[in-house]
Amino acid sequence: MNLINLLLIPAIPLVVFLVLGIFSHKIKPAASGVIGVAGLATSTLLSYYTAWQYFFVTEKVNGVYQTFVEKTVWINFTDTLHIDMGVLVDPISVMMLIVVSTVSLMVHIYSRGYMKGDDGYTRFFAYLSLFTFSMYGLVLATNLFQIYIFWELVGVSSFLLIGYYYTKTSAIAAAKKAFIVTRFADFGFLIGIFIIGFYTNTFDFQLLNDPQGPAILTWASSSFMGLSVITWALILIFMGGAGKSAMFPLHVWLPDAMEGPTPVSALIHAATMVVAGVYLVARLFPMFYMVEDGFALQIVTYVGAFSALFAAIIAITQTDIKRVLAFSTMSQLGYMMMALGVSGFDGHEGVGYMASMFHLFTHAMFKALLFLGAGSVIHAVHSNLLQDMGGLRKYMPVTNITFLIAALAIAGVPPLAGFWSKDEILVAAYSNSQFIYGIGVFVAGLTAFYMFRLYFGIFWGKDRQYKHTPHESPASMTIPLIVLAVLTMVAGFVPFSELVTADKAGFEAHLNLPLAAIAVGVGALGIFFAWIFYKKENDLASRFATAFGSLYKWTSHKFYFDEIYLFVARTIFFKNVAAPIAKFDKKIVDGTMEGIGNQTVVISGKIKGWQSGRVQDYAFAFIGGVVILALVFIYIFNN
Amino acid sequence: MIPGVSINEILTLTSILFFIGVYGFITRKNLISMLISLELILNSSIINFVVINKYLYPELLQGMVYSIFIIAVAAAETALAVAIIINIYRRTGSVEVSETETMKY
Repeated sequence: MNLINLLLIPAIPLVVFLVLGIFSHKIKPAASGVIGVAGLATSTLLSYYTAWQYFFVTEKVNGVYQTFVEKTVWINFTDTLHIDMGVLVDPISVMMLIVVSTVSLMVHIYSRGYMKGDDGYTRFFAYLSLFTFSMYGLVLATNLFQIYIFWELVGVSSFLLIGYYYTKTSAIAAAKKAFIVTRFADFGFLIGIFIIGFYTNTFDFQLLNDPQGPAILTWASSSFMGLSVITWALILIFMGGAGKSAMFPLHVWLPDAMEGPTPVSALIHAATMVVAGVYLVARLFPMFYMVEDGFALQIVTYVGAFSALFAAIIAITQTDIKRVLAFSTMSQLGYMMMALGVSGFDGHEGVGYMASMFHLFTHAMFKALLFLGAGSVIHAVHSNLLQDMGGLRKYMPVTNITFLIAALAIAGVPPLAGFWSKDEILVAAYSNSQFIYGIGVFVAGLTAFYMFRLYFGIFWGKDRQYKHTPHESPASMTIPLIVLAVLTMVAGFVPFSELVTADKAGFEAHLNLPLAAIAVGVGALGIFFAWIFYKKENDLASRFATAFGSLYKWTSHKFYFDEIYLFVARTIFFKNVAAPIAKFDKKIVDGTMEGIGNQTVVISGKIKGWQSGRVQDYAFAFIGGVVILALVFIYIFNN
Repeated sequence: MIPGVSINEILTLTSILFFIGVYGFITRKNLISMLISLELILNSSIINFVVINKYLYPELLQGMVYSIFIIAVAAAETALAVAIIINIYRRTGSVEVSETETMKY
């Protein structure tokens, strides 16, 4: 492993960000696009080189991929407890490097077409570079604190990019919402880090994950409310991960985040940043698995499974195409969490872990493709809403085909990427719990249904007249679509189980035919229903909607979670807690200080008349004072 | 040392002189008169220096030296005060102290 190469991967986007950010008014838009793409292309090449080196050149020791760490002490607390800065290379971080580079490069190229003519073109590329830098840093982090720093950095770049159209009120609100919700979750993460630091005296991933290390060996030594303190810390850390990965109940920010430009949604809110939560759990997987017999991991499983189901149901009724994709992302992230939760550790037992990472990898490709395809459609139609679309297959052939490939992939149709990873997840779930498996299969069917509802709604359905005839997007936008479509077709054939596993040793994966057949069958059923409902214009769908009246209403309002949160925050919390505190602050704390100031002014206004300007008055006062003092002293000293 | 005159009598005299000066400084309307009153105050203190030196520490000379020093400072101070008074006169056409009441808050 070459350290310089590794450091250059995050350094180049950082330099690009600084250059574009500082000289944003001097650089011509065309130049800034080229700088952004060129910088990221270099990083991408280095990432691929690193991956090739790591998996195929460096020797395995005893059949296990070695972890490469290079770090330096940054802040020293005690001999054992210190914050390091460095890079950590192991199978999952290399895999994430590939994902981040590939998707980010495609999004950069795509943005050159999509954002053309926008006022903030250079600013956009600067933010994209900032985000890519932060994401690389997050992936390569060696300890909890380093990952936390970059965790917040991706959060802030997400905030900046969601609020990119800062003249739009809804975009500002969405940006604030995303920031506050994830920040709230990160608060739990931070407390978790502190607990870990206090009880184990280390932040280092390798020490924490070491079965003989301070965390795993001694979890039973301290307990709080019936659980080990370390388990509590893991639950809190998972809270941070759930916030970033939009797990129920911290999911409310993700649909609103779609206010950002579509390439941003593809990069941040589909492929890379939102999987940071999954990555975090995977990073600490030995801890999650071994501390208290995986109690925290159980929570991960159920939160993941519930989120997958919950989001899939909501996705069916949404009419904004980006929101459908957002809920789909949330659902698939739940899938990944669920897979991690049902995973074992050694050899084939760890299929869940492998499946989760595999799904992360393939999902990044086809979900980015879906978003970029949706962006291409929005670019042509100038609307996000499904009812403004229909029959677009004639106008946009490339977008149509690539979108179809991605939709087939996410529906789990062989031999596309989604089929392979989803199959592994279902295998893992089946061996762990029938109930989780049942949810997984049901969600797979729902996924196929809502995805093809979207596909048929956009590209088939009614033939309608458009005010401006839609046209295929320029080459800068279609080329990334084609590249990602090709990746979607081939990504499933990567021998993932030999490269990325929990014990880093790898195992032979083979298709479980009956389970695969069930999954494909359910997917096909979903597609079939979508075909009946939406292929040709008909009123079946609306008749169903009226038949399920209240359920439909609840679902299309996302089960009123926004309203509930607003109610809790505004009516209960603000009114009863925040408002009294604010009153106390204003009246008592501020009032005291202001009172002192005001009294000083009043008193000085009264006594300033004594300053008459007559020098004889002053002399009189002075001499009078001296005489009085003299009398006082005489009185004192004579006694 | 004046035969037949005790230090108390001389100090009483200088005190009277001092308070005459103070009274003049506070009550006079004319700036020149105030200046003269100021000189009275100074002179009373100079006499104190000399008398205390002569009566209590006859072998030393500091009191004498200081009295000469104060006379020199008083001369400089008078020159300065007269210059200021002349300037006030040029501005206002009078040397009344009431003309200088504008310098306040």
